[in-house]
Amino acid sequence: MVELTLPKNSKVTEGKVWPKPEGAKRVTEFHIYRWDPDTGENPRMDTYFVDRDDCGPMLLDAIIWIKNKVDPTLTFRRSCREGVCGSCAMNIDGLNTLACTRGIDEVKAPVKIYPLPHLPVVKDLVPDLTNFYAQQASIRPWLQTETPAPGAEWRQSRHEREKLDGLYECILCACCTTSCPSYWWNSDRYLGPATLLQAYRWIVDSRDEATGERLDALEDPFRLYRCHTIMNCANTCPKGLNPAKAIAEIKKKMVERQL
Amino acid sequence: MKTPLGNVRGLGSAHAGTGHFWLQRLTAVANIVLVTAFLIIVVSIAGSGHAEIVAKLSNPFVAILILAAFLSVLTHMRIGMQVIIEDYVHTEIRKIALLMANTFYTIAVGLIAVYAILKINFGL
Repeated sequence: MVELTLPKNSKVTEGKVWPKPEGAKRVTEFHIYRWDPDTGENPRMDTYFVDRDDCGPMLLDAIIWIKNKVDPTLTFRRSCREGVCGSCAMNIDGLNTLACTRGIDEVKAPVKIYPLPHLPVVKDLVPDLTNFYAQQASIRPWLQTETPAPGAEWRQSRHEREKLDGLYECILCACCTTSCPSYWWNSDRYLGPATLLQAYRWIVDSRDEATGERLDALEDPFRLYRCHTIMNCANTCPKGLNPAKAIAEIKKKMVERQL
Repeated sequence: MKTPLGNVRGLGSAHAGTGHFWLQRLTAVANIVLVTAFLIIVVSIAGSGHAEIVAKLSNPFVAILILAAFLSVLTHMRIGMQVIIEDYVHTEIRKIALLMANTFYTIAVGLIAVYAILKINFGL
């Protein structure tokens, strides 16, 4: 059965309160999830105070500031700091988002930061995305053709290309997938919104010749039909995409080829 | 020791689910009409005596409408409940037992309803 409470060794406890920066005039309080697999201790919430006059405006700036100036053991992923790489996806103030594209002032203080929900935690804010990436790979997210490749390029009309808008922008940050209750309960069998959006991106690509095979692979009570249109995915996507709509379009294609 | 991709591929696609998805929507649309009609019938006979109710339900139009409403609602209920069980129950044996119970319960309710309407109409 679904477990609604955390196991004993996962219960989050009160953590350390780190000292306030001296002489700071504008200070914002942060509560950040900490867990170290090497200590055997329960996860805890540490409290940090960020000197806003010494720190950039975004949430990622704040946690980098904390790592540099207060606590070098704080662990998180980050790379591009401009919403392209998807590395700094985390749960901030109850919403999965990218720390780099959300301003500190956009969320209410004290700012609460957790790792993406319902994934195994590697350390602190770093979740284990192994299953997520394997699901992405399983839908073969590349152009599949049997017609010999043309000398120059696969042609696509402007209209056909426009069908990929709202799909190709996905950066695989996993915010949507880990916000989905259906994925929480059935991540071993349900592919989740990010993977299904990516699947639809190839289903609807006019150049791809494997549409039928792609639909065949998805037609499954768990892989596709665990989506119950809860819409958390569309609500949380930091890129403003709508995976729920992409999934609905896949379902429409499934019906279309039967009726 | 399976690889992550091996785990995700699992037993492969069941190549099923679309019929289920379609039936849920079909019965949902049917329910809008049938449940509204059923409620109108229930309200119209509320507070009436036994003979009066039997007379109303003996009307072929009313009887068929009620039978259709039961068929549609129970089908909708069974497949909806099935989805809930599949969502939340992960122990294989418990899941199968609950899916069976779900089907048996629906059939039992359906048979009782059909029997009652037929008895009223044909005095079996």
